[in-house]
Amino acid sequence: MADQVTIVTGVLGADVHIIGNAILAYALRQAGFNVVTLGIFASQEDFIHAAQETAARAILVSSLYGHGEIDCRGFRDKCREAGLGDIILYVGGNLVVGKQAWPAVQQTFLAMGFDRAYPPGTMPDQVVRDLTADLSPAPA
Amino acid sequence: MQTAILVDFGSTYTKVIGVDLTAARLLATAQAPSSVETDVTTGLHQALRRLGEQGVQTRDPSLVLGCSSAAGGLRMVAVGLVPSLTVEAARRAALGAGAKVIKVYGYQLSRTEVAELKALAPDVILLAGGTDGGDRATILANAGSIAAAGITAPVVVAGNKSVGPEIAEILQGTGIDARLTENVLPELDRLNVEPARHQIRELFIERIVEAKGLERARALVEEIIMPTPMAVLRATQLLADGPPGGAGLGEALVVDVGGATTDVHTVAVGAPTAAGAVLKGLPEPRVKRTVEGDLGIRINARSVFEAGEAAGLLPGRAAAPVAAIEQPASEEPAPVTPAALAAAAERLAADTAATPVSDADFAIDAALAAIAVTVATDRHAGVLEEAWTAHGKAFVQYGKDLRPLQAVVGTGGIFAFGRHPRQVLAAATRGDPLRLKPQRPRFWVDRRYILYGMGLLAEQHPDVAYRVLTENLQEV
Repeated sequence: MADQVTIVTGVLGADVHIIGNAILAYALRQAGFNVVTLGIFASQEDFIHAAQETAARAILVSSLYGHGEIDCRGFRDKCREAGLGDIILYVGGNLVVGKQAWPAVQQTFLAMGFDRAYPPGTMPDQVVRDLTADLSPAPA
Repeated sequence: MQTAILVDFGSTYTKVIGVDLTAARLLATAQAPSSVETDVTTGLHQALRRLGEQGVQTRDPSLVLGCSSAAGGLRMVAVGLVPSLTVEAARRAALGAGAKVIKVYGYQLSRTEVAELKALAPDVILLAGGTDGGDRATILANAGSIAAAGITAPVVVAGNKSVGPEIAEILQGTGIDARLTENVLPELDRLNVEPARHQIRELFIERIVEAKGLERARALVEEIIMPTPMAVLRATQLLADGPPGGAGLGEALVVDVGGATTDVHTVAVGAPTAAGAVLKGLPEPRVKRTVEGDLGIRINARSVFEAGEAAGLLPGRAAAPVAAIEQPASEEPAPVTPAALAAAAERLAADTAATPVSDADFAIDAALAAIAVTVATDRHAGVLEEAWTAHGKAFVQYGKDLRPLQAVVGTGGIFAFGRHPRQVLAAATRGDPLRLKPQRPRFWVDRRYILYGMGLLAEQHPDVAYRVLTENLQEV
């Protein structure tokens, strides 16, 4: 446990869609991460408090019901306030309602301070690869 | 006949109970004013004499066990990281050990907080922070601050196991009695309060009893084995679970209404009973104690009235004035107007030794106690929140669902001497409709004030303790 990287994941907001998040958590555990899962109905504070206590390196937010843009606002700012300014922050799922072009949606979430945003249909492998890369020290 | 004597060294009274161990029978109870300030044995001798006058053989009993809440009780400070996580877990561990939690701190202690902590001079500090393998910086910094401040109170270390030994070393380096135990919150979804409770109790037996001037009682009492609130919690557990191999009453709630505080104890899992409810928040201990420091029917009578006013619990204005109605005892108490209750609360807060005389006095005590019980159980019980999702309504549950709980027991003066115990206890089923309180429980009162004693006796003779307890609680 001591040398494992801890990450926190869960489903943000009044959202009950747990299956994708559960699959993601499974894949991350298989890849060797210590995964703290918050389940459904998790608030921004739940994610941040969990990351504080567990010294997590990354927060992976799932949002499937289309209210991601509203629910995610201010997430990075709250992390900064909580002393987690540098924590890796990902978001994925059905982030917005209706048919909007993905690049624009992605840009919205990156502008909010998320390090990566994923559209529907992303495979867990992709997230594991990105996370592993983002966690490794930058070349000097 | 083998006799056991159980003693409670309270701040006001020293109470004793005689039990016939052979026949599993309550012999008598007695009390005398406490004398902790001078010589604790004076009050104890007097109480034992009164027990002897009732025919109890007090010389050479086969067992004498004691508990204490004298000299301020077991005063503790809990320190953790996040207020809703390790701070709350540490607070629950301390409360479950029978402590009076005088202050809690979260995150890294500031210099001002360290100075305040030192000035508070707690009997024991519970130091938590970080899940196992989680944050280590905060608890390390806090241990360093406590050590550097010249604080002498013993410290139970129950945080991130990865840095446990370092923390103990830092504290022991300045001569602090530091006891390392398991994390109160090893994982976010797993509360683990028993090891910390155990360490707190060890410290209580080894150090606190002596520090409180109670060691002189050792000539008469073999061991003062726990703080009084822990004995009451043990009795609640015995009542709910029964003695080993036997059956108890099932999930139970004990409410203790005092002059300064109201304690609520539950032994209940509290899993959701609402269809589809999702449980959130810190996991709840099955054996749980909460203390409401603002709810008491003497010194805190005024804040009971204010809490009642805020929660809309005061009787309606249409109620008849107190003096106009005289009712026989044991029936519904005479209605009390809010104005009369407010005036009485002022009077009782100033005259904390007041005992009720008239029917109106008893009605006022019952009204205040009912508010205290309503609000204290509101705070203890879980809550259900409605959440609207894309698929319709869902429920989120925080805390314990106590709705199916079957046994509600009252202890404290209002139940031992009051005239309206059922009306007061029924308040545990009323209040905030979103709160998950017992719905149709049976009610019992501890008329003889023996709960603490049976909690003590349960350590060695659980069968006797259970029998004495169930035979002497009165159903109302």
